[in-house]
Amino acid sequence: MFEAVAFYLFAFLTITMFYITVTTSQALYALSALAAGMIFISAFFFILGADFLGAVQIIVYTGAVMALYAFGMMFFDTTREVKENHGNQYIVVGLGTLAAILVVVIFAVPMVSTNMQAFYPMTEGAGNTEMVGMVLFTKYLVPFEVAALMLLVAMVAGIVLAGKKMDLSLTLMNAEEIQEIEDQKNKKVLS
Amino acid sequence: MDNAYLIETVIKVVVILLVFSALAGIGTYFERKILAFMQRRLGPMNVGPYGLLQVAADGIKLFTKEDIIPTNVVGPIFKIAPVITAATAFMAAAAIPFLPSFTVFGYEVHPIVADINIGILYVLGVMAIGLFGPLLGGMASANKFALLSAARASAVFISYEVVTGLSVLAPIMMVGSLSLIDFNNYQIENGWILWSQPLAFILFWIAAFAETGRTPFHLVANDHEIVDGFGTEYSGMRWGLFFIGEYANMFFISFVIPIIFLGGFGDGTVLGAFALLGKMAFFFFFFLWTRAAWPDVRPDQLMWLCWKVLMPLAVINVVITGFVMMF
Repeated sequence: MFEAVAFYLFAFLTITMFYITVTTSQALYALSALAAGMIFISAFFFILGADFLGAVQIIVYTGAVMALYAFGMMFFDTTREVKENHGNQYIVVGLGTLAAILVVVIFAVPMVSTNMQAFYPMTEGAGNTEMVGMVLFTKYLVPFEVAALMLLVAMVAGIVLAGKKMDLSLTLMNAEEIQEIEDQKNKKVLS
Repeated sequence: MDNAYLIETVIKVVVILLVFSALAGIGTYFERKILAFMQRRLGPMNVGPYGLLQVAADGIKLFTKEDIIPTNVVGPIFKIAPVITAATAFMAAAAIPFLPSFTVFGYEVHPIVADINIGILYVLGVMAIGLFGPLLGGMASANKFALLSAARASAVFISYEVVTGLSVLAPIMMVGSLSLIDFNNYQIENGWILWSQPLAFILFWIAAFAETGRTPFHLVANDHEIVDGFGTEYSGMRWGLFFIGEYANMFFISFVIPIIFLGGFGDGTVLGAFALLGKMAFFFFFFLWTRAAWPDVRPDQLMWLCWKVLMPLAVINVVITGFVMMF
């Protein structure tokens, strides 16, 4: 009974949050609602007994992704409403409904046909953290490592992009050195 | 699910909420007293004996003050931000075993709300959500200093989360479980993790100061700006909720450090329970001690410390632990 109540409660909350995210024109509402929706999704993992994935969902999506979103938001005035360019509303609603129905059908068909099998049955005595580890480091080892490599490439690229003049620190300079840099800038402007 | 379990859980939740809300208030009293003694002052003295009722007076003040919502702020977000701080602090408490299990009237009580087998991950994850309180509060405030403070706070939290996660990884590898109860039981047989992982302990401890926003890393409110960082626009109980969240976080992290590194409550005797409370008190006192003894560091020094010193040390520690465990 508790599981049913919890499921419907969090399903309602998640959908509401993501609906707010999509429809609002206030950037801060969208940001907060997206973060809340991500946290509510983790509740489904906890209900299903996949504690590890639930905690990872919280940490990854809210702790990391949303914080980076927030840094992007720092460049806007988040207290003002964003003027959005609305296209044809009917096409948006139609395509959205179609996509939603397709997703439901894709996931519902195997259940209706009762032809579902677990590729990796539970190992006796292993907790869900260990289970994730086993699958990740056997079946999905290559995608896992490729993802790590891609993150490394992204990190190097990020450092190269942001790293110009990184050896220059205004806080560690004395007044004369800062003045020199200012003079050089002025020369460039004048010439 | 039987009724006894349900009633037990509800009682535990209520007790933890009440005890730690009250402790957060008393924590401010301790802080003022200890800081005062370290600076050769008396601290609060006028309200009650030794100023003990100062907590109640502060409570009355916070509750009865007018709740001002300034113009131009984003109302709902501005209102909900302090609640997020306080709520996430208390949510983290769900996976912390505060005492060993004991028996009351023949009924065995486990003083942990939910013994999930990923306790430490859950605690760190939920504390990470606590970032949204200062962040949203600062961004919704329509105040440049609040926004700057929110940006600084989120930079500190995000950076030091890396150190927290990596430093606690080495003990997790040794114990082979993420449950805080398993950490405790491991240390009964193998001695305190502190002796085998001193570096991880130091790193986790340093990161705890950043996670709770305490003084050497208290960048959420920059003293030069004279204003109170992201809390500048807040008044009354909403500001008080930020405060309760901060102090509750301090108490919970003071519980988590001994449980992970210093043997927790040991084998579950009464002595062990008191030992855990004593260790918790020491770590809480150390937060206040540091505040009296050290100035704040500059933001660039803080980032330098995190990314060029602490994080490489934590990674090296994990690698060495891995090699030692393998061979």
